[in-house]
Amino acid sequence: MRPLLILQALHKPLSMLAFSLPEWDLLIRQARRGNLLARLQSLLAQAGILEQVPCQPRQHLEWARVTADRHAQAVRTEVSRIQQALPGQPVILLKGAAYVMAGLPAGAGRVFSDIDILVPKTQLLDTESGLLAHGWMASQHDAYDQRYYRQWMHELPPLQHMLRETTIDVHHAILPQTMAIHPDSQLLRDSAVALAGYPKLMVLAPVDMVLHSAAHLFYEGELFNGLRDLADLDALLRDFSAVPAFWEQLVKRAHVLELTRCLYYALRYTRLLLCTPVPEQVLTIASQARPPALISATMDALYCRALLPDHASCIDWATPVARWCLYVRANWLRMPPLLLARHLFHKAFISQRH
Amino acid sequence: MKVSDLSSSELMAQLSGTGLQLLTGQFQIGIRSQIPALGRTLALLYGDYSIGNEQGFTDFHVQLRYPMGLRRWWRKQVVFEFDSALPFKPLPAAQAFPMFEWGLNWCVSSYANLYLIIHAAVVEKNGFAAILPAPPGSGKSTLCAALVTRGWRLLSDELTLIRTTDGHVVPLPRPISLKNASIDIVKAYAPQAVLSPKVYDTVKGTIAHMKAPATSVARAHECAKPGWIIFPRYAVDAATSLLPISPAHGLMRLADNAFNYSALGLTGFETVADIADTCPIYDFTYSVIDEAIATFDRLAEEVAQRDIRPI
Repeated sequence: MRPLLILQALHKPLSMLAFSLPEWDLLIRQARRGNLLARLQSLLAQAGILEQVPCQPRQHLEWARVTADRHAQAVRTEVSRIQQALPGQPVILLKGAAYVMAGLPAGAGRVFSDIDILVPKTQLLDTESGLLAHGWMASQHDAYDQRYYRQWMHELPPLQHMLRETTIDVHHAILPQTMAIHPDSQLLRDSAVALAGYPKLMVLAPVDMVLHSAAHLFYEGELFNGLRDLADLDALLRDFSAVPAFWEQLVKRAHVLELTRCLYYALRYTRLLLCTPVPEQVLTIASQARPPALISATMDALYCRALLPDHASCIDWATPVARWCLYVRANWLRMPPLLLARHLFHKAFISQRH
Repeated sequence: MKVSDLSSSELMAQLSGTGLQLLTGQFQIGIRSQIPALGRTLALLYGDYSIGNEQGFTDFHVQLRYPMGLRRWWRKQVVFEFDSALPFKPLPAAQAFPMFEWGLNWCVSSYANLYLIIHAAVVEKNGFAAILPAPPGSGKSTLCAALVTRGWRLLSDELTLIRTTDGHVVPLPRPISLKNASIDIVKAYAPQAVLSPKVYDTVKGTIAHMKAPATSVARAHECAKPGWIIFPRYAVDAATSLLPISPAHGLMRLADNAFNYSALGLTGFETVADIADTCPIYDFTYSVIDEAIATFDRLAEEVAQRDIRPI
């Protein structure tokens, strides 16, 4: 089977120069569906070949560039507002906002729906009241949702700014409290690194950033931006390869944070789909956390489908099944069975009525 | 080759096969559909448009189809599919054509960010464009329809595309959307105009689309300089009045009517500010269409006598 255009374009930007116009036509659609148009634009610009793209598809890439630039600008504004609202404490930025503020390649051409920050659990209420005092509001959630977030999840219910309508997710951990594994937030905070030029802003250390990105992707139930998130991981791994001792630390850190299985998946699928270069020894060690053969074969079949953009050219009959299985798996891992049953019952029969 | 060169069965075959490649202004649209009524309205209103190359590049691939499940058969609905996504809720099947028009407007206004896109009708005479931003119900489309039957060129009825690089208006001539009473007003005013069958009970009431003049379609690649910003308002029995408003107010009102003003950031502001600086801006109230057209014609005469050159 021919590799999908979008995968080829992401891992070998130069190969796009050989694309025919109908191939560009399809690539643009796959990328738009995967929220990756602006990422393609920045890959082409970095490779210095943007001008060689035929003008019609280039136009679509440039349109996406305008949106992504505006998003990046909005993130910077938003981050400075968050700092003003929380003057007393350092704020750790997570995911997209961290990539953009730290100037990482993973932030190039990224679009956002919200900003994620990490604070100590003990400061959760102070953080919330600081934000509420500066114009953020609790979004529409009923009492059950409030309890769901506050008691079981790893974050507050999303807060939305009443004028700018931007959303912020305040986390105290990177995975729900009800999960069997508990990556220690204290360790993450202790290793966080300051952002140059922003005294009160921090981002996770490179290894933690990768592991958080992996945990987010491989324990998340709905892969709306699956390939985009995988491309983020790919960009982080390629970029951090240059950091001394990055790979050794990554494997050790995965152990400490109980995220070895997650790291295995991250390395497996970035390599499989985006040909991310990973040293052999790292793969060998990471593979020790591989699930039993039958399960890993199943996971391959599921993720190699569900991580692709939800475009007709990237899906087959099994894709909806794969997405559904991964959704069930994520919920299964998210909560102990009884709690999950209770949660689903509430969502299906009680929340529905309101 | 034009859409009118296809027989109705050829048109339906393209629509239900790989798709009809429609060239509208700067964009090539790929339309797929098996809905016969949609094919008939397309044939009626898009006959003058050229057919694009299937082996080329299509800007927007859209599909109008019946939904899966019960509503395919019972109280039939139609959905608008774009890049395998359904951005809107289904509508009753009879609204397939308006849904196509609205969906296409959405595609352009959500993605084409190298243009400042104003929710405005725009017509041209003597090389200059009159931009008519207005909320629904202000009589913008009625006025636009009347103007294009009296010698003004249709650039667009809904989406004014201002190219951010040079501030020119880029045409996107498509059918004019008429609502409720304005359908019969336009029919009476311009009996030669071609209108689609009425579609009842849409979110905007009764809708009919008027075919864009063939000359406007043929000149879809000729841009125009913004000449005037005119905020129209139809008021029963009102005297015709054209009142200048200040550039500062005009700028804010223009920005309010732009879909992507905020998305364009500084570029958006600069583009709007340039227009507000260079074009006279008016509040225009009318009740008699002939008087309204006389007012517009007078503006176009004045500009022809002024020594400014169009593009």
